[in-house]
Amino acid sequence: MTMRKVAVVGAGMTRFVRRALETPKELAWQASRMALESCELTLEDVEAVCLGTAPDSFDGIHMNGEYLSDGAGAWRKPYMRSYVGGGTGVFVPIQGWYHVASGLFDIVLVVAEEKMSSYYPHAQAAFITIFDHTTERPLKPNLLWIFALEMNRYMTMYGISKADIARVSVQHKRNAAHHPCALLGDANITVEDVLNSEVLAWPVQRYDVSPVSDGAVAVVLAAEHVAKRLTDKPVWIEGVGWNLDTAHWTNRDLVYPRYVEYAARMAYEMAGIREPKKEIHIAEPYDPFDYKALHHLEGLQLAERGQAPQLYIDGTAALDGNMPVCPSGGLLGVGNPIAAAGLMKIAELFWQLRGEAGGRQVPGQPRRGIAQAWGDLMQVGTVVIMGR
Amino acid sequence: MNERVAIIGVGWSGYRPVSPELSYKEMTYAAAVKAYADAGVDPRKDIQSFVTVAEDFHEGTSIFDEYTPDQLGAALKPMHTITGDGLHGLATAFMMVKTGQFDIVALEGHSKASNILTLPEVNAYAQDPVLNRPLRLNTHFVAGMEMNRFLFETGTTIEQCAAVVQKNRRNALRNPKAAFGADLTLEEILSGPALSWPLGKRDMAEQADGAVVMVLASESVARQLSDKPVWILGIGWCNDSPSLESRDWGVLPYIQKAAQMAYRQAGFRNPQGIVDFAEIDDTYSYKELQSLEALGFCQPGEAGVLTDDGATDIEGDLPVNASGGSLGMGHLLDATGLVRALEVVLQLRGEAGLYQLEDVNIGLAQSWRGVPTTSGAVAVLAN
Repeated sequence: MTMRKVAVVGAGMTRFVRRALETPKELAWQASRMALESCELTLEDVEAVCLGTAPDSFDGIHMNGEYLSDGAGAWRKPYMRSYVGGGTGVFVPIQGWYHVASGLFDIVLVVAEEKMSSYYPHAQAAFITIFDHTTERPLKPNLLWIFALEMNRYMTMYGISKADIARVSVQHKRNAAHHPCALLGDANITVEDVLNSEVLAWPVQRYDVSPVSDGAVAVVLAAEHVAKRLTDKPVWIEGVGWNLDTAHWTNRDLVYPRYVEYAARMAYEMAGIREPKKEIHIAEPYDPFDYKALHHLEGLQLAERGQAPQLYIDGTAALDGNMPVCPSGGLLGVGNPIAAAGLMKIAELFWQLRGEAGGRQVPGQPRRGIAQAWGDLMQVGTVVIMGR
Repeated sequence: MNERVAIIGVGWSGYRPVSPELSYKEMTYAAAVKAYADAGVDPRKDIQSFVTVAEDFHEGTSIFDEYTPDQLGAALKPMHTITGDGLHGLATAFMMVKTGQFDIVALEGHSKASNILTLPEVNAYAQDPVLNRPLRLNTHFVAGMEMNRFLFETGTTIEQCAAVVQKNRRNALRNPKAAFGADLTLEEILSGPALSWPLGKRDMAEQADGAVVMVLASESVARQLSDKPVWILGIGWCNDSPSLESRDWGVLPYIQKAAQMAYRQAGFRNPQGIVDFAEIDDTYSYKELQSLEALGFCQPGEAGVLTDDGATDIEGDLPVNASGGSLGMGHLLDATGLVRALEVVLQLRGEAGLYQLEDVNIGLAQSWRGVPTTSGAVAVLAN
């Protein structure tokens, strides 16, 4: 049985900012228009629209997907919003993939939008309602605390230092200095800056964390016969994978993201990849916190367990290394408008694999890249492998 | 690519106006166990992916997809949530099987509406926060305006809408899953309290709790596992304008487009004479008439006449909502379309009991996501 091939043929993104003046609809519209213009299509050509956006509570809009529909270009078109929490940004292209691979559609617009600043004064408070209403909410947890638990577990089990983890933040923010849409690019940041930043919930400090942001990203997917007509540089979706673990996160060993491993293995199998360390040339693991990039590199089988910091120490992960990690600048550098941040990684692979990434272009004409996102209660992994 | 996709297992729990002793997880689990047994599959070994439909504000939990896997046996499996109606979920599972990457996919939808103390306020939060919300529009007020426009444009009467209520709630008396069965006269329906004229309280479906789970499979697997697969001949979905200011109020272009998409896949243009029966949206009485017209079963203005003539009765030429519909069974929030599809499956398998229709081969399910959306979906199923 042959699978229908699906390509990314266009991409667009807004700047990621702390407080956008645009409404959520306008952000979605801007990214959609840029993506369509990048491949010289109009809304007339779009057969269906897939939307990703994280919790409705940010905007305080019930059925937020319905509200965003016309902004995302879905007027009188088949339209659906998929949702896997923080993993949504890399899931929504998977949703677009099955729309096209099913044979139902040839051209699909994939849009991810997030406006976190509507939640005033800070979006963190919206997260109280993600916890179990009976067993957890009374404890008033927040995300920084639970990720501090995970970071601590990771550091303790493998004897990893704060300084080694800080290298991730430094490299990503330096990469982001070359990204025109970035919120926190900084070409001169040092490990000391990270280690001296404000402690939020030990061991998490301010520069270990990506910023709350507003922004939108869109990509255009096309079936093989259409993609070849639209561009001579299609970037193929070679593998997709996703995996959702139990809601009982407190029963999980937080040292290793098994769900990311399962999602990655699903994608590798589909892409026919046996040795990911050799066959993946660019990695865009999800990095809302610096330790998460390390955690995810291990889950993606791109580093042995507890060994991911070595990739940053020996230069493998650098922009000119053997396997550049987050050349975009990642969430730490570009910003973290949740769903949009995940789709930003797909857009980055698209630009990198076409050689259009400007000042942050990875040398050596990379052929294949992987993007991954993560979310829910340290629970879901979403993976897309793209290649020329 | 897999060419054909079938529904090979169904399970449900409910439906009841209140369910204080059960959580949504327990109801989902009960429905899942039935569906898996019906399909003869083990969720841990056989089902390759899971889909659920849910909205955060209906659940009272942000990022609700966190809480979806355990009760379905889906932990550490590919699972995702669609914030849509159950028929959007059905379309998703259908597409996933069609890719050829998956042979068995499970789908879940549920309602725990009785847990929501402020459903009207929650629904009002779906309106545009800048342009509409300051007007403090109640959901039923918006529906009342739409009903008024529909009556005005088509010449349909309030009595014809009341006849829909009478038919569906009478049908529900034959359906053990239905909580709102009643034998009402038109006078009793019309003399009920007003919601927003011309919409009366008895034109509106009450809420119910419940869960539905389905198992879908590719043709080769379906033929191995099931001796009564129900085939998905076509499925379509569409959104119109989300803003109240720039949409048609009398007609439903999104239902027309969704239907055309489903019919095209199924290989016909006009459902008349091809589709034997329909389970369609009746969140409000007038929606059944408006939807029948949008689906192409008749011309605008004719659906009320057909209802008066008994054509949509259980014994009629085109039985509509023989199960009792949402008016008779209760509205199950995001699971509503899945309930419609389940009723079509039961009819096509000959398992509808006291309301079983005779000689039916092709059935249609249709849903709408409610005020203020213009989001709908249509599925055509066959045995």
